[in-house]
Amino acid sequence: MRDVAIIGAGMIPFGRRDEDTLMEMLAYASLKALDDAGLGDKSVDAVYVANMGGGMLQHQSAIASSLVDRLSLLPAAAETIENGPASGASAVKNGLLAVASGYYDYVLVVGGEKMREVTGWRATDFVATMTHPQVEYPYGITLPGMGGMFTRLYMEKYGVTREHLLAVSLKNQAMGTLNPYAHVEMALDRDGIFDSPDAIVNNPTSADPLHLYDLCPVSDGAAAVILCPLEMTKKLAKPPVLIAGFGQATDTQTLQERDDPTDLKAVTLAAQQALEMAKLKPGDIHVAELHDAFTILEIAESEHVGFFEKGKGGKAAAAGKTRLGGQIPINVSGGLKARGHPVGATGVAQVVDIVWQLRHELPENRQVQNAENGLTVNFGGFGNNVLSFVLKRVQP
Amino acid sequence: MPLDMELEAVLRPMQYPMVPYPPKFITLANGKIMVVRQAVREDVPAILKSVHPCLFIERDYYDIVSARLYGELLAWYRYRVKSEYCLLGQIDGYLVGIVNGRLENEKVGMSYHTLAIDRGLRIGSHLFAAKMEYHMEYLMQDEVLIVAESPIGFRRWMIEYPLEYTKIPHELGGGDSYRLTREIYLKAKPRFVVGTRPVPQELMDVAEADIKFADDDTIRERIAGLKGR
Repeated sequence: MRDVAIIGAGMIPFGRRDEDTLMEMLAYASLKALDDAGLGDKSVDAVYVANMGGGMLQHQSAIASSLVDRLSLLPAAAETIENGPASGASAVKNGLLAVASGYYDYVLVVGGEKMREVTGWRATDFVATMTHPQVEYPYGITLPGMGGMFTRLYMEKYGVTREHLLAVSLKNQAMGTLNPYAHVEMALDRDGIFDSPDAIVNNPTSADPLHLYDLCPVSDGAAAVILCPLEMTKKLAKPPVLIAGFGQATDTQTLQERDDPTDLKAVTLAAQQALEMAKLKPGDIHVAELHDAFTILEIAESEHVGFFEKGKGGKAAAAGKTRLGGQIPINVSGGLKARGHPVGATGVAQVVDIVWQLRHELPENRQVQNAENGLTVNFGGFGNNVLSFVLKRVQP
Repeated sequence: MPLDMELEAVLRPMQYPMVPYPPKFITLANGKIMVVRQAVREDVPAILKSVHPCLFIERDYYDIVSARLYGELLAWYRYRVKSEYCLLGQIDGYLVGIVNGRLENEKVGMSYHTLAIDRGLRIGSHLFAAKMEYHMEYLMQDEVLIVAESPIGFRRWMIEYPLEYTKIPHELGGGDSYRLTREIYLKAKPRFVVGTRPVPQELMDVAEADIKFADDDTIRERIAGLKGR
């Protein structure tokens, strides 16, 4: 198997992109990544498109076929990857395997979603279609509902408090104000969302004990990367970033079937596999993008990945250990919480943000100093299909 | 041109006496302080300057809400509407939201519009609640008739309070009204009606000085831009 590098990365600002179609968003992000890779007259051999809801929300299928034509990349092979909110990382994994195997040399992976075309109710319902079709969905469960129950259990078992969740929320939204690609560019104020009596309206309960600002926004957006064998990266303008490891694991579809619903086994396994493949330990990671669709998930994943002991993630967040400049900066991009969560795009966007970190090309107020190794966790379902990547800066 | 006051007296609808809405201030999610106060008729020209750019924004029905609000405020300014009032939300003097309504009679209120000029801060929610507070706690009405013109409004008022469906036609478009009764208001109040009184004089001085408003492009970007929520 060949070592595979990321040689181009691109993203379009996330938000509410009323004027753009899904296809246009995918095309813009792809062009940015292609341009960033500086391949000249070389084309790509294959295109993997991550998308979860095109069929349901835009009534559009065969999205990858459409995109290769739109981008004049014919006759590149094209496939659409649907794996719930982990579609993005799944597409990166498929691109990685295709290049590693030696079958393709240059691969475009792009993820995108257009969720703001429908009302918030429809978007919530669309995301809920990933729940169990007999024992969950018919009873009205939503992902925020699951997040609320998970949070309650985590609070009872590990002593996580609203203060801990608040620390994640304040941190990620503050970082979002520095990220031009972030959907939410508004810093939150502790008084306004927590201490003041007015907070009851500003930050109402969404899925007890989760409040409005514990949840990620519903966003439109797209992100893309270009992959190729490491051995073919020598003449490129920008430094390549090695995909040093990846992991993927699944778990029961329903939370109640798990021995301990607070144990996110698939996160642990995926991260372990990725770290072992990269021959690294959690302590060797300098920056991480975790899947904080809800604030509790950043805390729980930071423990399951191995950055902190079980039950210590909340305190670590409150103590500032996950901030820029802290022990392990997490979601410096603002995470799903502020950058947004266009579901098909998220897993790719996480990789793009880590690539920028490892190239040391971000502004000082977002750059993790001397970052050499980064990690991502893309969380599908409620932890029933999780992918993790470890990326390494390649020394020039 | 001098007004013919005799004819004018015929054209002007009657007005019920209305106690003033006592101003309050609210801390928003970003920590900024919004003063909620009642507008006076002389404020209308300045308010309309903020409403004007919204007339051309299709997103979330801002165009129809703004067009109707513009007409309602103009009618109030020129004495062509019965017992209308208008409440303003201001941050550092800048106008960020407007709500209005009127009295159908002494016991029944007619809710008009809620326009948030800055978004993502639940300004609309705060101002709508202030409007209901005014009807129920200061004008001492029994009920308020309400319709929504956007899905956001329907979710915020009809579902979240929740309001009671009626067959009474609302004067905005003639559709069936929803009703806020005193009982519904008192149940919803702990979740929606917040704010502190009295407003410190320095905050009131800023709010009551010339109403400030962002330029048209900024308003359009806040409402309908990429980051519009």
